[in-house]
Amino acid sequence: MMLTALALLPIVGGLVLALAPRGDWGRWFAVAVTGATLGLSLAVLARYDVEAGGMQLTEQRTWIEPMGVHYALGVDGLGLTLVLLTTVLTPFVVLAALRDRLPASEGASNGYLAWMLVLEGLAIGVFCATDVFLFYVLFEATLVPIYFLIGSYGTAGRGRAAIGFLVYNLVGGLVMLAAVVGLYVLSADAGEPSYLLTDLQGLEMGVWTERMLFLGFFLAFAIKAPLWPLHTWLPDAAGAATPATSVLMVSVIDKIGTFGMIRFCLGLFPGASEWASPVVMTLAVISILYGALLAIGADDLRRLVALTSVSHFGFIVLGVFALTTTSMAGSVLYMLNHGLSTAVLFLVTGVMIAQRGSADVAAFGGVQRIAPIMSGMLLVGGLSSLSLPGMAPFVSELLVIVGTFSREPVIGAIAALGIVLAAVYVLRLYRRTMTGPLSPDVGGMRDLGTREVAALSPFVVLILALGFYPQPLLDVIEPAVDEVSHVVGVGDPEPRTPAPVAQSEPQEEGH
Amino acid sequence: MNDVLDTAWVLVALPLAGALLLLTWGKESDRFGHWIGTAASAASFVWGAVLFVALAGRDADDRSVTTTLFTWFDVGRVRVDMALTYDQLSALFVLLITGVGTLIHVYSIGYMADDPRRRRFFAFLNLFVAAMLTLVLAADYLVLFLGWEGVGLASYLLIGFWQHKPSAAAAAQKAFVMNRVGDLGMVIAIALMLAHLGTTDIARVATGVPALSDGVVTGLGLLLLLGACGKSAQVPLQAWLLDAMEGPTPVSALIHAATMVTAGVYLIVRSAAIYDASEAARLAVVAVGLVTLLAGAAIGCAKDDIKKALAGSTMSQIGYMTLAAGLGPAGYAFAIFHLVTHGFFKANMFLGAGSVMHGTGDDVDMRHYGALRTAMPVTFFTFAAGYLAIIGFPGLSGFWSKDKIIETAFGFNVWVGLGTLLGAGVTAFYMTRLMAMTFLGRKRWREGVHPHESPAVMTVPLVVLAALSVLGGVMLLGHWITDWLAPVVGEAHHEELPVPAIVLTLSVLVVVAAGVALAWATYGRREVAADAPTDREVGWWTRAARHELYGNAVNDALVVRPTGQLVRGVTAFDKHVVAGAVSGLAGLFRDASQGLGRLQTGFVRSYALVLFGGAAALAAALLAVTIA
Repeated sequence: MMLTALALLPIVGGLVLALAPRGDWGRWFAVAVTGATLGLSLAVLARYDVEAGGMQLTEQRTWIEPMGVHYALGVDGLGLTLVLLTTVLTPFVVLAALRDRLPASEGASNGYLAWMLVLEGLAIGVFCATDVFLFYVLFEATLVPIYFLIGSYGTAGRGRAAIGFLVYNLVGGLVMLAAVVGLYVLSADAGEPSYLLTDLQGLEMGVWTERMLFLGFFLAFAIKAPLWPLHTWLPDAAGAATPATSVLMVSVIDKIGTFGMIRFCLGLFPGASEWASPVVMTLAVISILYGALLAIGADDLRRLVALTSVSHFGFIVLGVFALTTTSMAGSVLYMLNHGLSTAVLFLVTGVMIAQRGSADVAAFGGVQRIAPIMSGMLLVGGLSSLSLPGMAPFVSELLVIVGTFSREPVIGAIAALGIVLAAVYVLRLYRRTMTGPLSPDVGGMRDLGTREVAALSPFVVLILALGFYPQPLLDVIEPAVDEVSHVVGVGDPEPRTPAPVAQSEPQEEGH
Repeated sequence: MNDVLDTAWVLVALPLAGALLLLTWGKESDRFGHWIGTAASAASFVWGAVLFVALAGRDADDRSVTTTLFTWFDVGRVRVDMALTYDQLSALFVLLITGVGTLIHVYSIGYMADDPRRRRFFAFLNLFVAAMLTLVLAADYLVLFLGWEGVGLASYLLIGFWQHKPSAAAAAQKAFVMNRVGDLGMVIAIALMLAHLGTTDIARVATGVPALSDGVVTGLGLLLLLGACGKSAQVPLQAWLLDAMEGPTPVSALIHAATMVTAGVYLIVRSAAIYDASEAARLAVVAVGLVTLLAGAAIGCAKDDIKKALAGSTMSQIGYMTLAAGLGPAGYAFAIFHLVTHGFFKANMFLGAGSVMHGTGDDVDMRHYGALRTAMPVTFFTFAAGYLAIIGFPGLSGFWSKDKIIETAFGFNVWVGLGTLLGAGVTAFYMTRLMAMTFLGRKRWREGVHPHESPAVMTVPLVVLAALSVLGGVMLLGHWITDWLAPVVGEAHHEELPVPAIVLTLSVLVVVAAGVALAWATYGRREVAADAPTDREVGWWTRAARHELYGNAVNDALVVRPTGQLVRGVTAFDKHVVAGAVSGLAGLFRDASQGLGRLQTGFVRSYALVLFGGAAALAAALLAVTIA
C-alpha cells in the first residue's frame, strides 16, 4: 500500500487545502505535504531492491471485473526514477511559488497550491500504474489540474492557452482511448479480458493490428512529449502559465509521454516500435534541431525555455527509439536531468519576469551588475541545459548520442549538431539579459532572496552531483530498460573490433 | 601498493577546492581571497614537482601510472572510469600549467588589485587550473572531454569577466560557440570509438587502432583534429582568439597563450596511435598547421593593438606545434618542446604587455606607446628576453625549439620546410615591429598618461618567466626531452635532410635577421605615426591582415548569416504553417460551436469542465465501489 499512500498523500493534502478555510496557513501546509511526500518517496526508494530489479512494491485489486480492469500499482527502475523526479521537484517548486502574483490574489492562493498538490499525486499514480486502463484514466485526469493552473492562475492570454492545451491533449487522449478499447477486444478474444501489463505483454496480434494500436498510443504520447510537428501547444501554454505550473507541466507531466513510449509502445508493441523506429528517429532529430533554432530566435523568456525543451525531448525520444540499452538508459536519465535543469531555467526566468514586469528578452540588459546570484543561477541552469560535462544532462545526452550512433551513425551525428545550437541559445539568452551596460529599466530589480535561493539550490546540487556520479541512478534504470530492449530484441550492436585490454591496466585490486 | 604517483588527483583537487571555496565564501573573503587562490595553485605546483621527481626516479619503461578513482558511468555498452594517467607527457604539462599558472596568479594580485570582483577572478583562475589538469591527466577521452569543456567554461567566464562591456560578452560567446563546433568533432569521435572499439580509454583505444579500417582511423584523426582546431584556434576555427583578448591580460597570458590554446596539440600528441596509423589525417594536421602559422604571422604584422598582435603570434606559434605534431613520431616531441618554451616566452610577453597597459592607463594601441624602455625598465628587459626567445636568437629557448621543427619539416617535405622558414622570418618581422613601436623610438604618449613601472608583485613573475624564456633550451641537452617523451610518443626516425642541419640552422638565422632588419628599417629608424593610416592608405595585403584575413567575414557569410536566416525562416514557418494548421483545426471547432449559437470560449470551457468533472466523479465512484 506504500505506492497508494504516496499518490494519495498530496491528493488528500490538495483536497484539504481546497475545502478548508482560506488563510496563510495554506502555504506552509502545501510545503509540508509535498515535503512529506518526498520523505515517503525516499522510503519507497529504500524499500526498492536495486539488485533484484523488476516491478516491486506491487499492489493489485480487481476494479471493473467484466472489463478486466485492475487497480494495480508497482514501480520498476523507470517508474521509480520518474516518481523521484516528481517528488523531488514539487516541494521546491511549491516553495518557489509561494509569492507568485496571481490574477486574483497577491501571493499564492490555496486553490492554486491545491491544484499543484493534486497534480503531483496524479503524476505519481501515472508513473506507478501497471494496468493500462488505470493508466489511461490517470493520464487523462492530469489534464484537469493543468487546465485550471493555466486557465485560472496564468498570465495574459491564459484562457486561450488553456483551451489550446486541452484541445490538443484531448485529441491525443481520444486516439489513445480507441487503442485502449482495441486492447480489450484482443485480450477478450484471447481468453479472460485483462488490462494488466503482465497479461498484455506478448499478446498475439496481427502485424497491422499491432501497428494501429501502436499508433494510437504513440500519437497521444508524441503530443504529450511534444514531438515535432505536434509541439506548438507547449510554448503557447508555457507562455501563459506561472513558472511553477510550467515546471510541473514540462518537467514532470510531459515526461508521461516519453515514459509511455517506453512502457506501452515498446513494451506492448515491440514489433511495431521497430517498424516505426526510422520515422520516429527522424522526427526526433527534426525536433532537436527545430526546437533549438526556434529557441535561438525566441524573444519571450517563457517560450524560449519551453522551446529548448522541445529540443531536449527530441533527444529523449531519439534515445528511446534507437532501441539500444545504452541510448534508452540515457533517455530515462535524461528525463530526470531535463526536469532539473528546466526547473532552474523556468524558476529563474520566472523571478526575472516578475520583477521586471516583462517577459521580453529585450526588456533586460546588464542585470548581472545588480543581481549576481540571479545571473549565476541562470548561467548554471543554462550550462546544464547545454549539457556541459560535469553537469547531469551531459551523461544522458552523450549516452543517447553514442547509443544512437552505434545503430544509425548518420542520425547520431546529425543529432549531435544540437550541442552547437544549444550553446547558441543558452549563451545568447545570457548575453542579452545579463551582460552589457545596465539597462535603466531594470533598475528596480533585486537579487534572489533567501527563499528563492533555498528553492533553487537543491536543483543545482543535484545537477552537479549527478553530473559526476550518476551511477547509483543508472543502476536503478539499467535493468528496466534492458528488459524493454530484450522485448524489442534489437539491442546494442557489438563493437566491430573490440579493443583488447591494455597492458598498462592496473593489476592490483585494493592494496 | 601505496604509491605516491597514485595521488595525481590531489593536483586537481587543490585548485578545485580553491575555486569552490572562493565561489561560495561571502564578501568577508574579499580581503584575502586572492591569497587562497594563489596558495591553491602554488600547492598544486609543489605537489606536481614532488610527483615529477618521483616519476624521474623510476625506470624509463615504468613511468606511466594510471589510477582509477571511481566509475563515472557504466551502462549498456559504455563504461567510463574517472581515471588519471600520470606519465612523462602529463608530468611536463602539470609543471607548465601549475608553474606558469602560479606565476600568473601572483601577477594578478597586482593587476586586478582595483577590481571589486577580484575574488571571483581568482575563483575562475583556480577553476581553469583544475580543469586544465584534468584534461592533461585524463586516462579516458571522456574524462579528457570533461577537462576540455571545463577549460572552455573558464575561458568563457574569463573572456567575459568584464561583462558590462558588450564587446567582452560577445567575445566570450563567440569563443564558446566556435569551440562547440570543434566539440562536435570530439563527440562524434567518441561515438565512433565506442561503436568500433567499445571503449574510450586512451590506452585501450591505442591498442585497438591496428584492427580498425583505414577509413575509421582517418575519420577519428580528422574528427579529433576538428576538436583541436576549435580549442587551439587553428584555421578554420581561428576567429575567436583575437576577440578573446577582451579578457583581462593575465587571462590572455595563461589561457590564450601558455596553456589552454595548446590543448589541441596535446590532444593530437596524446592520440599518437591514431595519427601514426593514418597518413591522410597526418597530412591534414600538417596542412592546418602550415596555413595557420602563416595566417597568424600575417595578422601579427598588421595589428596595432599589442594584445592582438601577440594573439596573432600565438596562432602562428601553435601552427608550428600543430605542424610538428602532424609530422608523426619525428615531430611529436618537438611539438611539445615548442609548446613548453612558447608557454614561457609568450606568457612572459603577455604579462609584459599587461604591465605596459597597467602603466599607460589600459591603452592597448602601440601607436600611443614608444620609448617605454626608460619608463619601465624591468618590463622592457624581461620583454626583450621573450622577444629574443620567440624570434629564435641563438641560445635562447625558442631558437632550439623552432629550429627543430623547421629541420623536421624539411625532412618531411621541402615546401613545408620553406613555409616554416618563411614563418620564422615573418615572426622576426612582427615581433621587432612590436618591440620597436612599444619600447623604442620617440614618445607618442597621450596627454595625461604617465607610464610607470609596475609593482614588484607583477615584475617578479616577469623576471622568472624571462629567465625561463632564456634558459628553456636546456631541456634539449643530451636529447633529454625526446628521450623522456619517447615511451609515450614513440622513437623518432631521422629523415634524410636535403642539406646538412647546420646549413638549415644558418639559413634560419639569415631569414630571421632579414625579418628583423626589415622591421627595424620600417618601424625603428623611421618615425611611427601616432595615428594609424586608414585602410585606403595601406596596401591590400596590410588591409587583409588588419581584417584578420577576412576570417570573420567568411564566417558571417557562410555560417552566421545563413543560420540567422534559417532561424527566421523556421520561426515564420512554425508560426504560420505548423501552428496555423492547428489553429485552423481549432477554428473549425469554434465555427461549429458558433453554429450551435453558443459563445466560443465560455462554451468550450464549461464543456471541458463538465466532461472532466464527470469523468473524475465516475472514476472515483467506480474506485470507491469496487475496492470497498
